[in-house]
Amino acid sequence: MADASIARPAAPARTSDGLGQLLARHGALVGLVLLVLFNLAFTPNFVSWQTLNVNLTQVAAIVIVAVGMTLVIATGGIDLSVGSLMAISGALAPLILLGQILPMPHPLLAVALAFVLPVLVAGAFGWFNGFLITRYRIQPIVATLVLFIAGRGIAQVVTNGNLQVFRNPEFQVIGLGRLFGIPVQVILMLILVAGAAWMLRRTLFGRQILAVGGNEQAARLAGIPVASVKRRVYLISGLCAGLAGLVVIAINSASDANLIGLGMELDAIAAVAVGGTLLAGGRASITGTLLGALIIQLVRYTLLANGVPDSAALVAKAGLIVLAVWLQQGRKST
Amino acid sequence: MFQRQTPTPTPPLLVMRGIDKSFGGSPALRGAEFTLGRGEVHALIGQNGAGKSTLIKVLTGYHRRDAGLVEFDGQPFEVHSPHAAQAAGISTIYQEINLVGLRSVAENICLGREPRRFGLLDWRAMHAEARRLLGRFSIDVDVRRPLGSLPTATQQMVAIARAIGFKAKLVIMDEPTSSLDDREVEVLFDVIRQIRADGVSVVFVSHKLDELYAVCDRVTIMRDGTTVRSGPMSEIGKLELVATMLGRELTAVARQGATAFGAKAAHAAGEVLAVDQLAAGPRVRDVSLAVGAGEIVGMAGLLGAGRTETVRVVFGADPAAGGSMRYGGQPFRPTEPADAIARGIGFCTEDRKIEGIVPELSVRENLTLALLPHLTKAGIVDEAEQRRIVERFIQRLGVKCQSPEQPIRELSGGNQQKVLLARWLCMNPKLLILDEPTRGIDVGAKAEIQALIGELAKDGLAVLMVSSEVEEIIEGSDRAYVLRDGQTVAELTGQDLNETELLAAMAHGAHDSREYGHG
Repeated sequence: MADASIARPAAPARTSDGLGQLLARHGALVGLVLLVLFNLAFTPNFVSWQTLNVNLTQVAAIVIVAVGMTLVIATGGIDLSVGSLMAISGALAPLILLGQILPMPHPLLAVALAFVLPVLVAGAFGWFNGFLITRYRIQPIVATLVLFIAGRGIAQVVTNGNLQVFRNPEFQVIGLGRLFGIPVQVILMLILVAGAAWMLRRTLFGRQILAVGGNEQAARLAGIPVASVKRRVYLISGLCAGLAGLVVIAINSASDANLIGLGMELDAIAAVAVGGTLLAGGRASITGTLLGALIIQLVRYTLLANGVPDSAALVAKAGLIVLAVWLQQGRKST
Repeated sequence: MFQRQTPTPTPPLLVMRGIDKSFGGSPALRGAEFTLGRGEVHALIGQNGAGKSTLIKVLTGYHRRDAGLVEFDGQPFEVHSPHAAQAAGISTIYQEINLVGLRSVAENICLGREPRRFGLLDWRAMHAEARRLLGRFSIDVDVRRPLGSLPTATQQMVAIARAIGFKAKLVIMDEPTSSLDDREVEVLFDVIRQIRADGVSVVFVSHKLDELYAVCDRVTIMRDGTTVRSGPMSEIGKLELVATMLGRELTAVARQGATAFGAKAAHAAGEVLAVDQLAAGPRVRDVSLAVGAGEIVGMAGLLGAGRTETVRVVFGADPAAGGSMRYGGQPFRPTEPADAIARGIGFCTEDRKIEGIVPELSVRENLTLALLPHLTKAGIVDEAEQRRIVERFIQRLGVKCQSPEQPIRELSGGNQQKVLLARWLCMNPKLLILDEPTRGIDVGAKAEIQALIGELAKDGLAVLMVSSEVEEIIEGSDRAYVLRDGQTVAELTGQDLNETELLAAMAHGAHDSREYGHG
């Protein structure tokens, strides 16, 4: 691929490659392997298609949101509004499907619009987050708090607070369908992860994201359009949240604006942190985020499968985040 | 206290002797001395890194000294926090006023010693006290207003009133005039003279020479962590002051060969950049200069003269408030660095860590940060081409790194600077702005960088170089402008570009004989 004559071996690892270094560098992978080994030994019926599918199906929505969140965090920002944007998108889709917004001349057109419009609306709200942050220099945590609060309210107003139940096999492919035996949302998730990882590594936009997060002043002085880069990552985060909203309602055949994506922002941030992305920005790993989400999911599954209540699982999740952040700190100071 | 009654020589208020302080092995103070009389306004001056702020921080308890003796008001003085220093009678007023903007004037003045009645705040006493203190400086302001709603100058008066309220014997002012206009400066000086008359001593840190002479009685000059000169202000001329601060002998002849720039250009070709009566922010008031192709133009001046601020405007990093610029013969007013870069300008900043490198990224990515859009097809980076360019510049500039993939933060200062130079050189610029290109770089790398700059100019590059090093300006540049208090005060060329002329311009501004400017 690259010109072989000038390709050099990668930089040798830094001086002390102790256990701490190893953990900091590949902590997420090591953690996942340990979890799988533990389950192989102790959890009954762990090795089965069903276990795999259940876990992947449940984790897909988190990963989709966390991909967008990784890009936002890579610029040194944060997006608290993703859960609420999921609710907006999840509230809009049934309205479109049921023809309550516009009369639909053809059912397939309704399905197509139900896929596209909610995601675009969520994306527009995401762009609005970026606009607030870059135009008025509002801190990301405050700017996205606006839609974190208002977004769910909007979703409830749109649906009058009603639970919307629907059945539409064409639309629900995104939550219930399978391709070669693999759930469709898992395929979507993998495509997004691969695409984002490639984008971050190989494209101009990806490199600019990391430069902005690594040193915003230096990035500006090198001619990088900092504001535009930021607006685009929040747009992408909104689009991801919109898509995840569709997946969630498709699984449930129902849409409740109070519940869709509730607490999702924290799950996504946790996945990003556990995956080794620097919360201060400048270094990001999409595959790390995937591993981080899988770890959180598997911890929860492991505890539930072994009879530990869900409340205790929450504590375990918190412990994981503390561990991840601690490892990041250790790595930074080396 | 009783000593004050004795008529003959008053013992000094503060004596600091043999103060040592180092941070992580590198010494910031080496046997520094400082003596301050009672009721005296004392200028403390020095270049960047001379140690004046460290000395102040040792005095006010931010830092613990490694060695030395401090005596305050006749007693050995040992404080370990700014709070304790304040209680002992030393108040510090910083550039950025460290008061609470949202609280009222009265609350700020009484912060930490609020009058109470029955355990509750006694607002009436507080307001009366604030009015009394401000009244002494004939400042009329509603003491119930939030401090942040008042002009900076008034906020400073409040800070001073607060210090007096604490019965301060010593008030330290760190660049108090940097954000004041001329009239406000006068008011501040009146206040300073008044508290001096009350027997309070003032340490005055500023880079504006005229102000020092206007208000200070004595001066202490620091360089490289030691005290190099101390005496009455009236006995030290401006020129001597500047020379001492920079560590130059007044009679010294410029030594040839101390830097590695190489021979000077015989003549300059066409004009690349012209700046006319530029104004921006509080620090750039009237700057004019021109740079031609193949020419290295130096920009000299003391700290705070407005050099960095000027080049930031030229690069589009800060907005201009007045004046005009021409670049390549056309009017030029960049609003973003991207504009300047698109027109072929590069800018190596003074502070590599804060404005230069992206620490987490590799040498390769840092080097091509500005070039990246040109290495991209349909949004995808051509990594093979990128690697070729990076290899070429690493070799050409002799960057020492394990591989292009090494994170830049692991490189030495000199090698980081070379990467940042390469960031612009790979863009094939027409004009390169260098702000302190060799600061904090070891001697070897410094010579290499200086030689490189010389070579680049020979190939036709226009270079505008800000430097605080006298040798670098004299030997390195073909022509030099001197800035003083935000104004171009001299343009030196040929025989005139020597140390005597340079120091004279920095100290006095325009000579009668070589008036520079517009009227």
